[in-house]
Amino acid sequence: MKEINIGLLGLQGAIEEHEASVRSAAKALGIQLDIHTVLLPEDLEGLHGIIMPGGESTAMIKQGKKSGLLQALRNKLEDGFPAFGTCAGAILLSKRVKRDAHSEITEGAFPILDQTILRNGYGRQKDSFAVKLPIRGIVDEIEAIFIRAPIIEKTGEELKVLAEFGGKPVFVQQGNIIASTFHPELSGNNGVHKYFLKIISENTYQ
Amino acid sequence: MQERKVLKEYGDVEITLGSTNLKRGFAKMVKHGVVMDVTNPTQAGIAEDAGAVAVMVLDKLPADIRARGGVARMATIQAIKETMETVSIPIMAKCRIGHTMEARLLEEIGVDMIDESEVLTPANEASHVWKWDFTVPFVNGCRDLGEALRRIEEGSAMIRTKGEAGTGNVAEAIRHMRMVNNGIRQVVAAKDNPQELMILAREMKVSYETVLKVAELGRLPVVNFAAGGIATPADAAMMMQMNCDGVFVGSGIYKSEDPEMRAEAIVMAVTHWNNPEKVAEAQSMVSERKSMPGLDISTMKEEKKLQLRGANL
Repeated sequence: MKEINIGLLGLQGAIEEHEASVRSAAKALGIQLDIHTVLLPEDLEGLHGIIMPGGESTAMIKQGKKSGLLQALRNKLEDGFPAFGTCAGAILLSKRVKRDAHSEITEGAFPILDQTILRNGYGRQKDSFAVKLPIRGIVDEIEAIFIRAPIIEKTGEELKVLAEFGGKPVFVQQGNIIASTFHPELSGNNGVHKYFLKIISENTYQ
Repeated sequence: MQERKVLKEYGDVEITLGSTNLKRGFAKMVKHGVVMDVTNPTQAGIAEDAGAVAVMVLDKLPADIRARGGVARMATIQAIKETMETVSIPIMAKCRIGHTMEARLLEEIGVDMIDESEVLTPANEASHVWKWDFTVPFVNGCRDLGEALRRIEEGSAMIRTKGEAGTGNVAEAIRHMRMVNNGIRQVVAAKDNPQELMILAREMKVSYETVLKVAELGRLPVVNFAAGGIATPADAAMMMQMNCDGVFVGSGIYKSEDPEMRAEAIVMAVTHWNNPEKVAEAQSMVSERKSMPGLDISTMKEEKKLQLRGANL
């Protein structure tokens, strides 16, 4: 595929950073890219995939519910629509979400990824950190920026773990969906965005 | 840059804490969102439910600080801690301008961001906190591009307009944002003219490198929010239209008579600022009869203006 229409979930968060990364990835791959900010259900039309940025998942859910966007997007994702979620985006895509260590498990906004994810698993901003990591089959080394990041606690069999840190998965793939608990869009390395564009190119979902 | 990152062992690997990327990155995560002033955990809960991206814990709302007079200091530590335990969104708190120790204490108890704020009584008329020495990120107020860049050179990870807090009057926030935007336009226009960039740097009392960075980016190198006097969904959307990355709402919510609905409506207006139909929907959620009455700034005496407080260097 030489022309890709990509959506950026625009409810809240680090939207422009993903825009810049995916733009540079498309340029490197010689793909003509059209970027659309997704705020309402009708914004999903004609898209080949969507990126869900980092931010506050509670704030995103609140706005997404009101307009019916969450339901419309959930239907597409359940049919195999490609998605790439970072941090809050990864939380939205998880089947099982824990608000904190003691809270009960609830369903994510798009319960697709067979994993249990703990919000702010590493702690507060004072515990935010950066570490150099490889992502198997994608990049040899990336500066992984974890900001009030969630921890993926348990994963099901359908899920492929492509990167780990401290014994926990930090980058996963299930079918057409990839998710990271860190922020590739802040690393200056567009490898993950290239990988996502390749998933879209090879995808049969229309 | 004066960046001071902390290296720490995590198992058998080395991790970095408090780097510029981590501090500025935190601010990027609250973009397109609303940070709400609160004075207790109950208000923080309402803010979280309304879709706030963070709360700012204060002892008194800016409007009450203005009315009461006297010295305004950092909030009670216990109140901040209780709020941290109540909500899952980030917690910010204010320290007095130049009060390095208040800042150190806020860092120690683990707030996610410190606002070195003119809303509190300035503690040091000569200088601001040297923010590079902290691992916690700071946000600072500004009235024009020069002030924004001076704070960034001191290590600030996020900028907001000063506006005129506690007035319910958005006019000053608009003026400050206009000043920042005009400043950026001027720098961008001088991009290929090093001599002109140098003159601008001297005028703004910042380094050539910082000005060059703005010329290259066409914006501030950190996230830039609006603050000071935002009282309605239309005010918030207006600030987003002026290229702000998000908004702080102080007295506008809890000094109104419809705080729950207003909080929700302001969040909605920020998300959908570019869609008049949606902003109208948000604005319909509030009643002008319930807005905070507000203060006229044109007749306000200079000594009453919070924006003029703090070292102007």
